[in-house]
Amino acid sequence: MTCRSGHNDPWYPSWADRPQVDLESEKYLKIWQGPQHPGVTGNMALELTVEGDLVVDCKVHVGYLHRGFEKLMERRKYMNCFPIVCRICVPEPDFNEYLFAAAAEELDGIEIPERAKWIRALTLELARIASLTMGLGGQAGAFGLGTIGQWCIVHRDYLLDLFEELSGHRIYHMYILPGGVRHDLTPGFAEKTEAVLRKIEKLMDDVQKVLFDNAVIIARTNGLGVIHNEWIDPFGIVGTNARCAGGTRDVRKDYPYLVYDRLDFDVITGSRSDVYGRSLLRRDEILMACDLVRQILKNMPEGPVRTKLPNPLHWKIPAGETYVRAESGRGEMGYFMASDGSEFPRRIHVRGPSYTHAMALFEEMIRGVSIADVAGLMTSLQTCPPEIER
Amino acid sequence: MDDRKMKHRSPVPEEELLSPDAFLAPEERGLFCQDRPEPVEPSKVKIIRDFCNWAQANSVFILAFGTGCGAIEMRPLFTARYDISRYGMFPRPTPRMSGLFIIGGYASVKTMKRIVRSYEQMQNPKFVMGLGSCTVNGGMYWDSYNTVKRLDHYIPVDAYVAGCMPRPESLIAGFNRIKELIKAGKAEGANEYAKNFEWYKRNQRRIIKDWNMPEYNW
Amino acid sequence: MRRADLSFITVPGSRAVEAVTWMRDHGGFTHLVMISCVDRIEEGVFELVYLLNDPVAYLDIGICVEIDRDNAEMESMHHLWAGVRVYQRELREMFGIDFPGSPGVEEPMILEGWDDIPPMRRDFDTLEYAERTYYPREGRSTSDPATEMEERSYPLDAGVKRGIKDLARSGYGDKENTKDEG
Repeated sequence: MTCRSGHNDPWYPSWADRPQVDLESEKYLKIWQGPQHPGVTGNMALELTVEGDLVVDCKVHVGYLHRGFEKLMERRKYMNCFPIVCRICVPEPDFNEYLFAAAAEELDGIEIPERAKWIRALTLELARIASLTMGLGGQAGAFGLGTIGQWCIVHRDYLLDLFEELSGHRIYHMYILPGGVRHDLTPGFAEKTEAVLRKIEKLMDDVQKVLFDNAVIIARTNGLGVIHNEWIDPFGIVGTNARCAGGTRDVRKDYPYLVYDRLDFDVITGSRSDVYGRSLLRRDEILMACDLVRQILKNMPEGPVRTKLPNPLHWKIPAGETYVRAESGRGEMGYFMASDGSEFPRRIHVRGPSYTHAMALFEEMIRGVSIADVAGLMTSLQTCPPEIER
Repeated sequence: MDDRKMKHRSPVPEEELLSPDAFLAPEERGLFCQDRPEPVEPSKVKIIRDFCNWAQANSVFILAFGTGCGAIEMRPLFTARYDISRYGMFPRPTPRMSGLFIIGGYASVKTMKRIVRSYEQMQNPKFVMGLGSCTVNGGMYWDSYNTVKRLDHYIPVDAYVAGCMPRPESLIAGFNRIKELIKAGKAEGANEYAKNFEWYKRNQRRIIKDWNMPEYNW
Repeated sequence: MRRADLSFITVPGSRAVEAVTWMRDHGGFTHLVMISCVDRIEEGVFELVYLLNDPVAYLDIGICVEIDRDNAEMESMHHLWAGVRVYQRELREMFGIDFPGSPGVEEPMILEGWDDIPPMRRDFDTLEYAERTYYPREGRSTSDPATEMEERSYPLDAGVKRGIKDLARSGYGDKENTKDEG
């Protein structure tokens, strides 16, 4: 890898030489992509400086979805925080619920029942399938294949129906709460899940034919948006983006939480780290998650699903600090929780996987890309603005 | 509109509110349209008025601007399962093509500025639908320092859909409500905005401190 | 139940960059997980937490630095990881901690046109600010679900209960006690 910046510090590749662009020379044009633009993920803005049709410089603007969650949580009791944590990230709220519950349980030393762990893992895997399926649809849509977007959204709806049966709501489930899960699985849930998984696998066959064997897609995504292996540590790349670039990080394997040490799976690593390779890896992740869901449903023991908590209105958590992490669909998501022994959390910091992907890494990757590919590159990083600004 | 509450809180003198010189650099003044919108009176002839309302109600195009998390329930609407095209609705990429602005949930101050800009770029007839409880009274974020609590203080809202977040079925119910209003000639949000332009502008300027729009160099 | 593979150490502010650099180059903690800040307003300090991760040995370490709250300034670490400048930009905006030398740190990242004290500080009251700025809609009230349902389903019972409670609260029992003692 050659550093554009000219200095050879591997930890600090090229920020220093943000290209000196003379806007007065009429050679460059500054255009804004977003926030009102169909080609950005969520509500964020890209300030692109282009020369002809190639991007020379890019600045990412976030903050359009800032609600101040970390501040709001500081003035709510622990149980009052629970309904708002899932709102932090729209595509995958369950990971936020789980991490908040796990952080509180760890600080307070609560052991949850065995069956609750399995149900939590089941919910997280279903949420991963839903999030990645929607991501794959968005990826195809960004390159003009709207049909796959339609298929993926429809199949995600089947998963949302499962969630609705489980928790009563399609998007924000509020199902995983400190001390276990809200209630047991509904009767016949396993059979319904199996039927949905078959549909998802069928969808992946179709996606293979229409997306991955498509000559246009291969031509456009080949070599687009490569993440170099050397960038993983300096930029803090996690999740599927890192696993494509030769990393082997997977929280499920490295720091087994819930029941992942009892499930049989391998970390999937990709050989190509361009947009095509990342989409391919996500397809494999979906299939692996389907397999994990089947394993979980097969091995799930019987028993209670909730442990008794102290009175939630007077639940005091001993003072201390902790960090818990989980592998979300896009990478490692973590919660840092500091408690001062009172009924209110002192500080909760949400570390979403998009934080460095969308800000530091994207500004670096996008230089030299043509305007038409910006949307595709952006969706291939699977950024989610609400967890950047919270 | 009850303006009594607002007056004593105005941070800037009222006569300066609409003058561009107060907040724009001289070279930027030409970049902004300074004309205030004018109310469009419906036709006096009943049959023409009814025809216009009928036509407007059956081609409501949605502006594809996901301003909040409610936007994630918009995508299932366009798929075969809910199929919003049955109602003559379809997402449009630019404000100039669209007639219905769906505020998808909480509007932070930074987004509010873009919402105002997009709304003013839309052509008449235009309608606004507030989606989610957070547009009604703040919802979950009632004590947040960065989200707008009452959307109808800043842009006129024709219909609200409550819920956090509303299901696609309730969205369809909201669309039907909007269509009924249009057919009855009661969805007069744009005229309301034009008539009470100063009031809306004053409210907007009160929360949007950094009023300068992004720098363009065309 | 606390994690065995996570530990926190506190270093003085002047040696923090040195400590983090050593951890990165010789300790094997090559992955920066996050930089966060805890506002300990009672002690008048900000506690910056640099959470590092060793991806080979699967260990986490949190390096805590306490800096003065009134004169919040910290040495920049943007040269250690390329992603650090984003965290520093956010900390500068949300807590008002200055990182001199960090590229782009003075640009606002999340807020726009903010003119109050940095919002994540403990002494910033978000409810008061929201009520002062955004005109909350009237009619919003909170109610306890249990009492609400009782009022609705069994109005007579609820009324009697409320009456007894009011009587007890008005000091009926206390008067009795005082009479006995007297």
